[in-house]
Amino acid sequence: MTAQSLPVPELAREAPGLGGFNFTVLKLEIRRLLRNRRTVIFAMVIPAVFFLLFGLNSAYANQRAGHGNVSAFIMISMALYGAVLATTSGGAMVSIERAAGWSRQLRLTPLSPAAYITIKMLTAMVLGAGSVIVVYLVGMVSGKPSMPGYLWIATALSVWVGSLVFAAFGLFMGYLLPTENVMQFLGFGLMLFAFGGGLFIPLDQYPHVLQDVAQYTPLYGLNYLVHAPLLGSGVHMVWVVNAVAWLAIFAGGAVWRFRKDTARV
Amino acid sequence: MTVTNMADGRDSQRAGTGPPAAINLRGIRKSFGSVQAVRGIDLDVTPGEIVAILGPNGAGKTSTIDIILGLSQPNGGTVSVYGMHPRQAISRGLVSAVMQTGGLLKDLTVRETAQYTASLFVQATPVEDALGRAGIAGIGDRRVGKCSGGEQQRLRFAMALLSDPELLILDEPTTGMDVEGRRGFWAAIRQDAAQGRTVLFATHYLEEADAYADRIILLRHGQIVADGTSAEVKAMAAGRTVRATLPGADPAELSALPGAESVEVRGDTVRVHSTDSDAVARYLLTRTPARDLEIATRGLEDAFIALTSDGNDSTSHPAGGSR
Repeated sequence: MTAQSLPVPELAREAPGLGGFNFTVLKLEIRRLLRNRRTVIFAMVIPAVFFLLFGLNSAYANQRAGHGNVSAFIMISMALYGAVLATTSGGAMVSIERAAGWSRQLRLTPLSPAAYITIKMLTAMVLGAGSVIVVYLVGMVSGKPSMPGYLWIATALSVWVGSLVFAAFGLFMGYLLPTENVMQFLGFGLMLFAFGGGLFIPLDQYPHVLQDVAQYTPLYGLNYLVHAPLLGSGVHMVWVVNAVAWLAIFAGGAVWRFRKDTARV
Repeated sequence: MTVTNMADGRDSQRAGTGPPAAINLRGIRKSFGSVQAVRGIDLDVTPGEIVAILGPNGAGKTSTIDIILGLSQPNGGTVSVYGMHPRQAISRGLVSAVMQTGGLLKDLTVRETAQYTASLFVQATPVEDALGRAGIAGIGDRRVGKCSGGEQQRLRFAMALLSDPELLILDEPTTGMDVEGRRGFWAAIRQDAAQGRTVLFATHYLEEADAYADRIILLRHGQIVADGTSAEVKAMAAGRTVRATLPGADPAELSALPGAESVEVRGDTVRVHSTDSDAVARYLLTRTPARDLEIATRGLEDAFIALTSDGNDSTSHPAGGSR
């Protein structure tokens, strides 16, 4: 036994379940996000201001929209815009991590791409929830939006869950684009998506060609889905397909970029 | 490979065939566009060894390390770490690494960064222990962005310790540190390695390799040009050069002299680098019409450069473990 003095490596170890997903990481990621004051204020204030500008017209308060009034309709639109803005900027924070070489560092741990992307999306969703809550609080205090109590909760939840698509979008873009000005670029992109989805101007006021194109933009499905409980006129398959397809594209793109992202900094 | 297979591995070790190599590289090649960074590296690292990869910038040190860590895929050859794919070894916490730069988030504190990393492993040493062993227990609440370069490097070291890895890989870990920081960092590594951890580190400081490694691997242009203990490599590096004027010299004959390591013939001038310069001088003066003989000592630094820089002629014969 000449090898007696050599240390025996203990190789019978396990890899973590769920690709390394755990709540310590989630907690730390949320703490990091909240330390980023600029992102937090941006995502909370802009949609609330938009609602105050567009949603308080007293004519809207008297005009019916499904089970509620037009003011409630606009509040839902602005909450969606805010949630989308928040989750996109939350997701896009990975561009900072890439620049710092953190993504590369994580490749030296058991954390799987899927687990990491889940953690980043959930973190972005926390900011999204904050944005929805702020818009709904402003709506409540203003006293203009009106709809049955259960619809306040149902629409807020659909907006929040739907913004998951844009958490994936933010991540994908955070991996795809250079760090500088990523949010300026995305802010402009989201504005286009918001018009395309009919968030600011109803789509039936667009020319036919634009209406056809709009159906394929990423906010189209979500916008109709989150207003469906208020309007009570049912759900079209096209909306669901649109939202699910964009979620798959964005999440798939983010996983693809994460795998490639091992370059040194 | 499964856990069952690994248990088999340990059984076979008891039977006397030995554990799998910590690192096993066979014919590794890597190129970036037209640049060949690694040109056929074979390497076996036995558990418990402390190995330095020494070479100038661009010799292929970091490319080789990236391949061992599974961060990049070789264009040819095979790599295994404890008999596994690098990614599997990393998932099980068997391998960790301290990289040269980056890899830290400025907006987390030192402790939070360690907690983040520790939470990802099935078995992790307590965060405070790892911070203590890396010598940064006192700055746990400091934001990473406010830490000095040396403190950040110690944090990277603490993070690498969290999974209690069998193999620790360090890529030029002391670049940018002052002398004191460097000494403190190596003292911590050395203390840690005394417990039987396998360590592989890349450096371009000859003294670091000399002082801290059991075995030194010299890389040049993506190939291993020397592989041996520090003393062996130093002996190779510490020879002398005998220069003489000798028309019509036969390089093959001179290479056959005892201790001759490289022979260079240019015009009428021959240069023989040898660990036994007396024998070379005696031969040249008694058996050949050589004249104007000079013997020059090469410093460690010069020898390192000679071994690892561009050979400027084809008759140079580097010796050592290149084949």
